[in-house]
Amino acid sequence: MRETRIIIEPGRTERNYWQDLWRYRELFYILSWRDIKVRYKQTVIGAVWGILRPLLTMIVFTVVFSRIAQLPSEGAAPYAILVFAAMLPWQFFANALTESSNSLIGNANLITKVYFPRLIIPASSVITSFVDFAISFALLFVLMAWYGYAPSWNMVFLPGFIVLAFFTAFGVGLYLTALNVKYRDFRYIIPFIVQFGLYISPVGFSSNVVPDHWRWLYNLNPMVGVIDGFRWCILGESALNRQSVLTAVIISVLFTWIGIRYFRKMEKGFADVI
Amino acid sequence: MKPIIKVENLGKKYLIRHEHPERYVALRDVLANRVKKIFSFPKSLRAQQSAVDFEEFWALKDLNFDIQPGDRVGIIGRNGAGKSTLLKILSRITEPSTGRVELNGRVASLLEVGTGFHPELSGRENIFLNGAIMGMSRAEIRRKFDEIVDFSGVEKFLDTPVKRYSSGMYVRLAFAVAAHLEPEILVVDEVLAVGDAEFQKKCLGKMEEVSTREGRTILFVSHNLSVVQTLCEKGIYLKAGQIAAAGSIDDLVSAYIREQHQKENNREPISFGRIRVNQIKTTPSTIRSGDRLSVEVSWLAVQNCSIIGGALLLYNSAGVRVGIIDLRSKLVYKKMTEGECMFINIDINRVNLIEGTYSLGLYLNTTDRSGDIYDLASVTIEEQNQDTGIAPYEQRYRGLVNFHFEIH
Repeated sequence: MRETRIIIEPGRTERNYWQDLWRYRELFYILSWRDIKVRYKQTVIGAVWGILRPLLTMIVFTVVFSRIAQLPSEGAAPYAILVFAAMLPWQFFANALTESSNSLIGNANLITKVYFPRLIIPASSVITSFVDFAISFALLFVLMAWYGYAPSWNMVFLPGFIVLAFFTAFGVGLYLTALNVKYRDFRYIIPFIVQFGLYISPVGFSSNVVPDHWRWLYNLNPMVGVIDGFRWCILGESALNRQSVLTAVIISVLFTWIGIRYFRKMEKGFADVI
Repeated sequence: MKPIIKVENLGKKYLIRHEHPERYVALRDVLANRVKKIFSFPKSLRAQQSAVDFEEFWALKDLNFDIQPGDRVGIIGRNGAGKSTLLKILSRITEPSTGRVELNGRVASLLEVGTGFHPELSGRENIFLNGAIMGMSRAEIRRKFDEIVDFSGVEKFLDTPVKRYSSGMYVRLAFAVAAHLEPEILVVDEVLAVGDAEFQKKCLGKMEEVSTREGRTILFVSHNLSVVQTLCEKGIYLKAGQIAAAGSIDDLVSAYIREQHQKENNREPISFGRIRVNQIKTTPSTIRSGDRLSVEVSWLAVQNCSIIGGALLLYNSAGVRVGIIDLRSKLVYKKMTEGECMFINIDINRVNLIEGTYSLGLYLNTTDRSGDIYDLASVTIEEQNQDTGIAPYEQRYRGLVNFHFEIH
């Protein structure tokens, strides 16, 4: 018989948290697998939807911002690619927020019946959104081939920015998840945040159109840095805006920290509240 | 021997909020309250108010007990006595407020059959999903996969989404996974209430086998006292969050039933639509199996009404209905005027039930309401006189009925 010893006392879960998280990694894997499987099983157009949504938004944005508003692209990059390079991290961020904030309530039956570190649930829904991201990423290459536009060598730095996008989404998502359990009407606010964010982030336009003296304020939105980074890697037409990327790194680390802390503070009560 | 579960001073406190009876808080209320508070009440008044807002409620208090490896322990008690809270703490779903629990082994908790089953996924996929949720590793599930499928008997539908399963198949598959967990401690709540009787028996058998052969510890909660008695040897009787008694399960179950009855005996008449049903009188209140029992049923009409049908119901201590006595010949379409009382006397000539405590209820169908009323009286039936000189088999093996028979 394996010698296992578990002590339960007030505040104990708190101390063994990271150890437990590691012990339950298999569950984390299985739950992500379930979410992905269900997502692509439920609808025939599951995968198609993952492609269609960014594609249609990209077309609309290109028409509105480039043709109607006459905003400039970056260098020689086709406007469609400029938009799509930003659409990728934005869609990921938006999906991750929406999915993770609903994840705990959607899994209430699990939370009230089994023990595991609750962090696994929102984390696995961020992973699910990441799969959508990977699918639409393939579309980027199709788009580039269509326009005959070669990617820049900066592409090698892209994984770094993907990680940055991931942690931004994870941190903010976690915070909203905990809020959503505490205040059950918070879910009405989340679609608004997502929609609002789409317009205040430089998705449909280049962040270069923002006047320089307002840039510092604009950069406080961590998605500005993420999108700047993605564009720099994919298009490589203008120099990297170090300031916005640096702000994004700081803010995403901060958010991840706050998100985890707040989530863990709330976590103990989830089973009693949900 | 070192106990496998050691519980010291365990307590769980909940704060009951009087202001918001809902379980969660709405952001709009919080914001509205803040704004209100800025403009209204002076500080002292507000402090007073918030003191009234919360009330402490101890779902469990000062629990101390040890459980030895291989024990099968039943936890009994009324609704709200803290049984589920205790199981939730032991399975780490919620944290205790005070005290300490030491578990010397892996715990698997079966608070529900098929936790996390996803309707869209196939049976095969759900075995892996559910197994992982219950704490099995993928390698472990793969190793036991065939055995699980075999036990569940749904191999033909393994690749069908479980949403197309019948509820019986669903439960069988779910329990098959649970039955193959290999924890040292198995915590089981009420789960056996679902599923057909035959499968229930199979599950109980499996649990018993697992516990005796492999020395596994089982903690079991169920409202079905006879199941608890069958499966467990020891028990803990919880009352209002504290241990009222602990020891042999048979003693505890009878103590529990006795107390339930004392409570029932001095109860008020029960309103049922336009009538008030009195407690049923039985004479005598204790009989020997095979003896005659007289029962008096009565009710009062509070308003004019008519009685369409009715029956006397008899239940055993496990809540199984053992029989009814149809009263329609006496009261069908009986019109009652306000203030009128109705008495019915029933003689049951031979009560051929095995010993135990039985409860009497009434089914009534009146102009404005129909349904069952439970626990209107209880009657104790004692063991029959044995003239053969052979000690009877143990009660739990003897089913429900004492036959009158001759062997030639």
